[in-house]
Amino acid sequence: MRNVLVIFKKELKSYFASPIAYLLLAIFAVIFGFFFYSATRFFVLQGMQMQMMGRGMPMDVNEYVIRPLLTNASVIGLFLIPMITMRLYAEEKRSGTIELLMTSPVRDLEIVLGKWLSALVLYISILGISGINLAILFAFGRPDWKPILVGYLGLILQGGCLLAIGTFISTMTKNQIIAGGATFAVCLMLWVLDWVSAYDQSAWAKVVSYLSVVTHFEPFSKGVIDSKDVIFYLSMIFFGLFLTTRSVESLRWRA
Amino acid sequence: MIKVEGLTKRYARTVAVDDISFEVEKGQIVGFLGPNGAGKTTTMRVLTCFLPPTAGTANVAGFDVLEQPLEVKKRIGYLPETPPLYPDMEVAEYLTFVGRLKGLANVDVPKRVSEVCDRCAIADVKTKIIGKLSKGYRQRVGLAQAILHNPDVLVLDEPTSGLDPKQIIETRELIRSLAGDHTIILSTHILSEVEHSCERVIIINQGRLVAQDTVVNLTNRLRGSESVAVEVGAATGDLNHAEVRQRLEQVTGVSRVVLKDTKDKRCSFEVESLQGRSIRAEVARAVVTAGWDLNELRPVGFSLEDIFLQLTASEKAEKKVEEKKEDEKPAEAKV
Repeated sequence: MRNVLVIFKKELKSYFASPIAYLLLAIFAVIFGFFFYSATRFFVLQGMQMQMMGRGMPMDVNEYVIRPLLTNASVIGLFLIPMITMRLYAEEKRSGTIELLMTSPVRDLEIVLGKWLSALVLYISILGISGINLAILFAFGRPDWKPILVGYLGLILQGGCLLAIGTFISTMTKNQIIAGGATFAVCLMLWVLDWVSAYDQSAWAKVVSYLSVVTHFEPFSKGVIDSKDVIFYLSMIFFGLFLTTRSVESLRWRA
Repeated sequence: MIKVEGLTKRYARTVAVDDISFEVEKGQIVGFLGPNGAGKTTTMRVLTCFLPPTAGTANVAGFDVLEQPLEVKKRIGYLPETPPLYPDMEVAEYLTFVGRLKGLANVDVPKRVSEVCDRCAIADVKTKIIGKLSKGYRQRVGLAQAILHNPDVLVLDEPTSGLDPKQIIETRELIRSLAGDHTIILSTHILSEVEHSCERVIIINQGRLVAQDTVVNLTNRLRGSESVAVEVGAATGDLNHAEVRQRLEQVTGVSRVVLKDTKDKRCSFEVESLQGRSIRAEVARAVVTAGWDLNELRPVGFSLEDIFLQLTASEKAEKKVEEKKEDEKPAEAKV
């Protein structure tokens, strides 16, 4: 456990000592800010139209603003995650520092966990920026905070599973660009897999769309914690980290 | 301290290390010598548990590298060919990280870090970013990293590569000062390095062990006869070098006299003895009784360069050494 912490601290420090972390925070702040602006403008406009038409039906902020925003946040995450994970192992392999890690009295799993946790914490702090935008909603309205928390839990679980896959891909190459590109491709694929459900209802299509990370995020964005989705994400995280550890072990045999 | 038996490492198509066996005693400095691509780095990587051996066993401080890698890693300090440094960290920050990684207790880390900084002469760059250090400093930070947790065994892969002459001397001195407490294996393809710092040499070529012995024995083994450099001078009058040469040739046990250099009142020779004869005393006496001055009398060592070329040049030479080795084994056992 101590070793995990040692690696975790070092990785987190190197994220924040280099421009990577700040760049990612900035990208997220700008893009999420734009989504937030669009969503609230649209919401206000619709609200006014409703009143003018005389239908005074109260509109739900959670349903019309926060839910699409959370979904958008997960899309931005898809683009940022490859940039977070691509350096984790590729950089160590390129610079030769992998020799230091692998000849130190530390288990491979401890290194993997430390690295993945630091990536997860960076991802969570990036998501944290959206808290500023949501605070504005709380200042001017009364959104329900419980579904928001559930939504964030979903974002974190989904991010954790894509980060685990990204870490795994990073162990396979010395080249950060290749690691990043391949991670992006895999993440995107896991994203769009659920499109098959739109035109195909066979059992095969159900299996494929079940694998999509989006399918499992939907309930979270509505504020629903479904054990089936939690288990899906946790098992994906477990699977990703398992593959990473195996891949790191195999570095010794293949080197 | 280190025991390697029948170690073989095969990569997909090539055999990097082929059936190497050797032992290193506690506190020794052993030089690992061979041309580039001989298998030095591979052997070291097996010893440090970075690579598993294909066949054979390697044992460090009583622990097998395959069975108990964590125990081995705790007792070994390793400086790879390129020092494993994080360019965006500060030196002290990096050493603190390595200290914790190697399992030092958190309270001991700052003390050890400042100790190794003093020892490796990097205290003045402690707060500098590693990426901005010169090659010499980086190498020393790498060395500091290796000795940080005070390991029993130090494995140094070409510790002086890329350093300037002054730094090379400093590094060699540092390495020698570490011997005793630590068992050290260092690899190099520079022969003078082994002559300077090592007690024993292990020579490998194309993955195979060519020779292992002390530097002195290796020199003697390859040259049965003794070679002496003699400089003769005349206190008064002229010195006829032909005359001196003739006198030297008459000394019993001398097989060959070669004139090296003559200056007005001095001339120097290289005198070779017959197999197994010691001639220094005789030569000295001959010169003095003839009325000349003996300015210099010095045994000419057989340089490792020569040994190395002889050993690695051809298969023939290799076989010869192996035969010789077998001849000598019983003798060693008696000792």
